[in-house]
Amino acid sequence: MDKQIRIALAGNPNSGKTTLFNKLTGANQFVGNWPGVTVEKKEGKLIVDKEVVLTDLPGIYSLSPYTLEEVVARNYLIEEKPDAILNIVDATNLERNLYLTTQLVELGIPVVIALNMMDLVGKAGDTINVKELRRQLGCPIVEISALKGDGVRDAAKAAIEAAKTGKTLPQHRFSGPVEHALAHIEEVTVHNLPEEQQRWYAIKVFERDEKVLEKLQLSAETKAHIEQDIAAAEKEMDDDAESIITNERYVYIGQLLKGIYKKKGKGQLSASDKIDKIVTNRFLALPIFAAVMFLVYALSMGTSIADGGIALGTFLTDWANDVLGEAWLTEGSRAILEGWGAAPWLVGLISDGIFAGVGAVLGFVPQMLVLFLMLCLLEDCGYMARIAFIMDRIFRRFGLSGKSFIPMLVGTGCGIPGVMASRTIENERDRRMTIMTTTFIPCGAKMPIIGLIAGALFGGSTWVATSAYFIGIAAIVISGIMLKKTKMFAGDPAPFVMELPAYHVPAWGNVLRGTWERGWSFIKRAGTVIVLSSIIIWFLSGFGTVNGRFGMVDELYGDETVVTDEYVAVVAERMGIPEDEVEPMDDSILAHVAQPVSVIFKPLGFGDWKPAVATVTGLVAKEDVVGTFGVLYNFDARAEQAVDEETGELLFDEDGEPVMEELEENGDQIWANVAADFNDFSGGHGKLAAYSFMIFNLLCAPCFAAIGAIKREMNSRKWTWFAIAYQCGFAYVIALIVWQLGRLFVGGMNVVGLIAALILLALLCWQLFKPYREAQKLAVQV
Amino acid sequence: MKTLKDAKVGETVKVVKLHGEGAVKRRIMDMGITKGVEVFVRKLAPLGDPVEVRVRDYELSLRKADAEMIEVE
Repeated sequence: MDKQIRIALAGNPNSGKTTLFNKLTGANQFVGNWPGVTVEKKEGKLIVDKEVVLTDLPGIYSLSPYTLEEVVARNYLIEEKPDAILNIVDATNLERNLYLTTQLVELGIPVVIALNMMDLVGKAGDTINVKELRRQLGCPIVEISALKGDGVRDAAKAAIEAAKTGKTLPQHRFSGPVEHALAHIEEVTVHNLPEEQQRWYAIKVFERDEKVLEKLQLSAETKAHIEQDIAAAEKEMDDDAESIITNERYVYIGQLLKGIYKKKGKGQLSASDKIDKIVTNRFLALPIFAAVMFLVYALSMGTSIADGGIALGTFLTDWANDVLGEAWLTEGSRAILEGWGAAPWLVGLISDGIFAGVGAVLGFVPQMLVLFLMLCLLEDCGYMARIAFIMDRIFRRFGLSGKSFIPMLVGTGCGIPGVMASRTIENERDRRMTIMTTTFIPCGAKMPIIGLIAGALFGGSTWVATSAYFIGIAAIVISGIMLKKTKMFAGDPAPFVMELPAYHVPAWGNVLRGTWERGWSFIKRAGTVIVLSSIIIWFLSGFGTVNGRFGMVDELYGDETVVTDEYVAVVAERMGIPEDEVEPMDDSILAHVAQPVSVIFKPLGFGDWKPAVATVTGLVAKEDVVGTFGVLYNFDARAEQAVDEETGELLFDEDGEPVMEELEENGDQIWANVAADFNDFSGGHGKLAAYSFMIFNLLCAPCFAAIGAIKREMNSRKWTWFAIAYQCGFAYVIALIVWQLGRLFVGGMNVVGLIAALILLALLCWQLFKPYREAQKLAVQV
Repeated sequence: MKTLKDAKVGETVKVVKLHGEGAVKRRIMDMGITKGVEVFVRKLAPLGDPVEVRVRDYELSLRKADAEMIEVE
């Protein structure tokens, strides 16, 4: 058997590359990441020949050393040396597409051109002399329509043929002074490299491409020698070397197309132009944008269909959470395991630990699929690029992209799809910044926390919730400005020079595939983090040492010989609560750990073990913060006995059984206890302490599911930890400043705390207002 | 010196020279804005920046700060 043939698929973004890749490989695809970067890598086996592997390179315009995608692509082409390159070229945009082609043919790898969208060229009345183009470029050209599937197989076959026998030599020559310098460079620097790669290296040396120079390790003497040639050419052409080459390529293409590309209609507006005239119109653009965003939100995250809204996503997710997760997985598995007579700890582990965790993941999936479907539609039809165009002015000030708007909007519903929606942002730096800041926006699960604080201490005032959104937005703005000046972000250049692709009817195959790929990657990667962390929290809150015996606290508390009256008195003493309020959870590892750990929240005003435990359980799901308060303040989180509204007496049914009613999600029954406790441990400043507690919980690390999504999108352990550490640190600093400065006004000022708060505030301002310069080099080594 | 930033909406200008250096300049040139090419200024974004131009038969958007690097006539 001869060795496996590898073909690389290269082309501009929006040239139909994804469509062609899907048509060529069908279901035989593997999605991964290029090593070390968040750029997606797709590979697949050709339908026409299963022995051939097709690698989908990132969509690129050039092979410059400045963008991550381009460096990834050229590293692959130079180092892995695929057997052939299938270069998809958009015939309706020939000049710019061929610019990449002139670079690809220099690599010494056989190139086959798949000329896409020729049908559209014909429709516009233009003609392209393909035969002449083929002769001039010196490589095979196959006319295709990726959308309809015409000619796709022929293109694949031509690429396989070229891989076996083909050879592509660059036909274009640059002007005299450049060629003169190139000849010199070839002679002195790259003559020991493979012959077919020499020209590529020579051109890169001429361009002073730092990545290539780094690799070649030329001696100072050689460098000085060739520098003379380059400088001479630069002087003669009155430009820098890199620009000379770029210019020469476009000049060559211009001459090439003169006799080949005949335009008929000039100046008339295409359908896409007409759409754009309305959609990005000076006055209509923002209303249309708001309407589109509203629709995306209302359909995926808004009011459920069951409650009279139009949100298919919320409806399906509610169903998945309540029926699939809660009823079937958690309760179902418990029933089965108990039926088998499994040990209680095993039932707990599987039902409450693993399945409850899995259920939490699965619950989000339907909502995310609905959302991703709409995002893929927006991307495929060409509107996503317009969003960046419309919003760029606002977001670039904070180191974000115009497209960051979507993750933030979605984040008001749930941070997980919000984080994952950041994938539409091409620039890695903007994307990372968006991932880190999206969860600052109060999501749906943080609403009960806000409701609890507002209800318990602020008399249900609406300004608490309003201020929560302002804090979220301010956190994004401040973080964006501060982070873009840090070393972590200062690295990459982010020129906003973006193509606005023509609008077109979405290709359903691409949209559905893209939707599923994103959904699946969430289930796979986020699932592992969530399941693992759910088990850990389940263990920490369910197990502990009771009166010298270690085990499940619920079980040990059922044993009168272990939990003696004296022991209850000891626990009550330790926790500072009345004896009749002692709960199994008070002996859990979590409670034991939380008590000493809660000291770190002292400077924030809530250094008590109950808010500390609630904060930790908030990592599982933010709504658990309220649930934990319910448990800790001795109320059943799920139900309590109903009270007759008129007489205020407890209600019983005919059989004498107490009538139970569901506890409201905002937990109004525990408000009085929470308020009393916050006032108690904060020395009478309960409101301020509670507000500080709320700020910390809104801004600190999100729930495990969202952390899982962050890890998936960052595709890097280092960046995931950096994001979480930053969020927690930022939350801590802001809560501290609020609590310490707040006491200046409400009384009980602490001098040390105040000084610390002022120093932190000063540092924050310094980072905010220090000058900033855009980078010119790629910081990441790829 | 007139730059692309100064060009009015609806105007067609010819690129004379590109100033600046490094990543941004290369990116602008990679996208087809090179010496001698004609650029049609199509519109401004609703918030006044960036600007949308038509060059080499396709639509391109770039920020005014970057458009300032492009000398035109």
